[in-house]
Amino acid sequence: MSSSQSQASLSALADRWLPKLVLSPTLLISLVFVYGFIAWTGWLSLTESRLLPQMDLAGLIQYQALFENDRWWTAVANLGIFGGLFIGCTLAVGLFLAVLLDQKIRAEGTLRTIYLYPMALSFIVTGTAWKWMLNPDMGLQKVINDWGFPDFTFDWLVDPDKAIYTVVIAGVWQSSGFVMALFLAGLRGIDDSIIKAAQVDGASLPVIYWRIIIPSLRPVFFSVLLILSHIAIKSFDLVMALTGGGPGTASDVPAIFMYQFAFTRGQLGLGAASAMMMLMTIVAVLVPLMYMETRSAKRG
Amino acid sequence: MKRKQLSAALLAATLLPASVFAGEVEVLHWWTSGGEAKSVAELKKMMTAKGDNWKDFAVAGGGGDNAMTALKTRVVSGNPPTAAQIKGPAIQEWGAEGVLANIDAVAKAEGWDKQLPPVVSQVMKYKGQYVAAPVNVHRVNWLWVNPDAFKKAGAKVPTTWPEFFEAADKLQKAGIQPIAHGGQPWQDATLFESVALGVGGPAYYKKAFVQLDQATLAGPTTLKVFETLQKVKTYIDKGAAGRDWNLATAMVINGKAGMQFMGDWAKGEFTAAGKKPGKDFLCVAAPGTAGSFTFNIDSLAMFKQKDPAAQKAQADLAETVMSKNFQEVFNLNKGSIPARLDTPMDKFDDCAKKSKADLTAASKSGGLVPSFAHKMAMPSATEGAIDDVISQFMNSSMSPKTATERLAKAGKVH
Amino acid sequence: MAKHLTPGRIVLYAALVLMAIYYLLPLYVMLSTSVKTLDDIRGGNLIALPQSITLDAWSKAWSSACTGVECGGMKGFFWNSVKMAVPSVLISTLIGAVNGYVVSMWRFRGSDVLFTLLLVGCFIPFQVVLLPMARLLGELGIANTTSGLVMVHVIYGLAFTTLFFRNFFVTIPDELVKAARIDGAGFWTIFFRILLPISGPIFMVCVIWQFTQIWNDFLFGVVFAAGEAQPITVALNNLVNTSTGVKEYNVDMAAAIIAALPTLFVYMVAGRYFVRGLTAGAVKG
Repeated sequence: MSSSQSQASLSALADRWLPKLVLSPTLLISLVFVYGFIAWTGWLSLTESRLLPQMDLAGLIQYQALFENDRWWTAVANLGIFGGLFIGCTLAVGLFLAVLLDQKIRAEGTLRTIYLYPMALSFIVTGTAWKWMLNPDMGLQKVINDWGFPDFTFDWLVDPDKAIYTVVIAGVWQSSGFVMALFLAGLRGIDDSIIKAAQVDGASLPVIYWRIIIPSLRPVFFSVLLILSHIAIKSFDLVMALTGGGPGTASDVPAIFMYQFAFTRGQLGLGAASAMMMLMTIVAVLVPLMYMETRSAKRG
Repeated sequence: MKRKQLSAALLAATLLPASVFAGEVEVLHWWTSGGEAKSVAELKKMMTAKGDNWKDFAVAGGGGDNAMTALKTRVVSGNPPTAAQIKGPAIQEWGAEGVLANIDAVAKAEGWDKQLPPVVSQVMKYKGQYVAAPVNVHRVNWLWVNPDAFKKAGAKVPTTWPEFFEAADKLQKAGIQPIAHGGQPWQDATLFESVALGVGGPAYYKKAFVQLDQATLAGPTTLKVFETLQKVKTYIDKGAAGRDWNLATAMVINGKAGMQFMGDWAKGEFTAAGKKPGKDFLCVAAPGTAGSFTFNIDSLAMFKQKDPAAQKAQADLAETVMSKNFQEVFNLNKGSIPARLDTPMDKFDDCAKKSKADLTAASKSGGLVPSFAHKMAMPSATEGAIDDVISQFMNSSMSPKTATERLAKAGKVH
Repeated sequence: MAKHLTPGRIVLYAALVLMAIYYLLPLYVMLSTSVKTLDDIRGGNLIALPQSITLDAWSKAWSSACTGVECGGMKGFFWNSVKMAVPSVLISTLIGAVNGYVVSMWRFRGSDVLFTLLLVGCFIPFQVVLLPMARLLGELGIANTTSGLVMVHVIYGLAFTTLFFRNFFVTIPDELVKAARIDGAGFWTIFFRILLPISGPIFMVCVIWQFTQIWNDFLFGVVFAAGEAQPITVALNNLVNTSTGVKEYNVDMAAAIIAALPTLFVYMVAGRYFVRGLTAGAVKG
């Protein structure tokens, strides 16, 4: 009796410390490799580093140069347009597909793989396929013109004002499958009996989804939002392969801006400054949201 | 950790027989496809024959952008490759970081100063000492012409800008796209620099794009260049945005378009399609640039090595790259011409022979100018800013006047 | 949820099939291009049906296309990528599962703040970490090795894997864990006996995400492992990109599909674990 009691208190003690112990390596890693490296970049952004890093502080000259660079502001505006549309559309399409697939569909496995496969292909080459399809001279526009609709135009890819929207189309194509998978995993975790009970009460299927099921997927929405903003902010391959930031610099985004200045153009300091601006925006906008969501997420 | 590695290396060195002292050369390059890859394979073969090991470090993409990223991280992590494909003023930038190796000993022994045109050897030196070896010379100011298309339109192959626009009008009337172009920043810049050289001449070009003289950049000649470019723009189809250069070349090959401004690598695309130079396609100097030559030189810059065996291998590499044998084989595959002047040209085709003759002539007349679109003329930061202006001009309704102002402003970035 | 065809279900299937077409269109372009001849492609009919079908491009992409000095196609690079991807995916997923378990089921004072801090790691642009990481790996003596690359992938995967598991575990009823604790089950017992068995779908989501990210990663691969140990994406990039050479689109497309086969395979296998019913009983438990 007493020995089992002491054992229980020992395991209670272990249970108190174990969680913290288990989490600590990850925290240490993130302290060094995320926060340490951010600090390093912050320092670089205050130097005149060109080809390789050098550590002598030079004040805020890089930020001044950044704010005077109109390409940077194009990139920021594009991120706003692209980010908003991409996140909204991908979320809607992904959820829609997941709900449809949840209706006990025949050939679900095949369809699921079809929706997911774009994620598997590297954009190094997929970008070329999209470029061809969206190109007015050889792609969709030409096909539809040849079908007997000569007035049909679809030339967003080569229109500086609309090029960024083609990036949205390809981006949704690539990412919505994974969002569907996340939602599907969430849907499959929901207890069937809730739905059955609601059906007994006479609620129609759309109402059940809208009122009961989708709200219970709140944590999934949170994951999806974080993932999509991660993809949007870091979107590099996608834009690079599809428009290369063009026509001109019309579809430039911050990730490309930073990469080019830091690595191709030998203006490491300026690249670091743009990275810091990206990070600061994220911290200012997303961190409070993330914290609120984490706190308010009700368990069970 | 480091001490351990060192002692392990020492131990290995004392235990192993002398034959493994053969050094290793690790070469970072982005020659990964077709003829280019074959050319590098030749280099590997020659190095192996000398008893050195070849460690391939190929990183393609974006005209070397990815390779530069890889190179920077390697240098920062403390183990740079033996040599890397670096060109133009970038060699000076890397030299200033103090990481390049001096290969003057090889250069002196082999007499590089006599074998290379002064313009070329100048690029290969940092503070008067050789730090890089050139492999080839590309000519950028070519105009590729489909003679059948010209015949059909009754047009004459142009040598001046007025003739050019006359021919373009005739082509357009015949239902042929006058100019095949790909709207990517480097292609826009390639087109721009041919126009600038043709309109302004080599003296203007050098003053504006090599010395970055503000008065010249902002001056009336630049305005005229942009005005000409604006006119050229009207003969380019709308679908050009983002098009790869070789798809533009394909338009010339199959007669959809009449001509293309592109460097001599376009030749490979024609010959791959079974076309013959002089018969199925013509290579002529871009309008107004007949006596001039925009050069684009690929070179291997050498990085400081700690290990004596690696240093010896590096010297072998420098020697091999500059050998007549390699210069010939490499350039036959790549479409360019040898950097070494005394390389025999009899195996090369007519376009290459013409290129060589023009190089020699231009080098005497002062018409030999570096191509800034191919990173030969200015610091990368300046070039980037100038490219931005050009591609914005090409893809918007920006007026030549505004473009000139912006170009001058971009010339101040460094 | 009747299974016979009602008008509603016809609309449902129609919607699903339409969406499937949108998803498949680029694959069609890639597949049809990969079986065309180069002349056919040069002819300008990039999205038309092939005039004749040839598998030359596929065999070239597999065994003889150049990716540098070596011209051995893509076949040699699978193993490099597998050696890198499998350990990275497994390690990061397992650590993420345990982390997610802690921050959802064993919350302690400050754990929400720590979790939020951890999530910032999702947003650090990878381009930023290249140089400091290179210096660090150089100091540790694992620059340019597969283990170095695995370490990098695990580190930057942790934020996401933790997030996935945490958000899955918070939807599981508290009572389940409470009951187990009253029965005397400890930290690990609850994790292994109760939570792991019902985590199938989220494991699969996590593996799909991590495997895709790591298999398709180019930037870390090219920077930390280019050369002999290069992953397949770096080889693919070398094969596809030509600065001044002739571009063989058919070989490019075939190579891209070949490089994606393992990911496609994972999707097909993993997809099965989404099936409902696997978890229902356990949750009701």
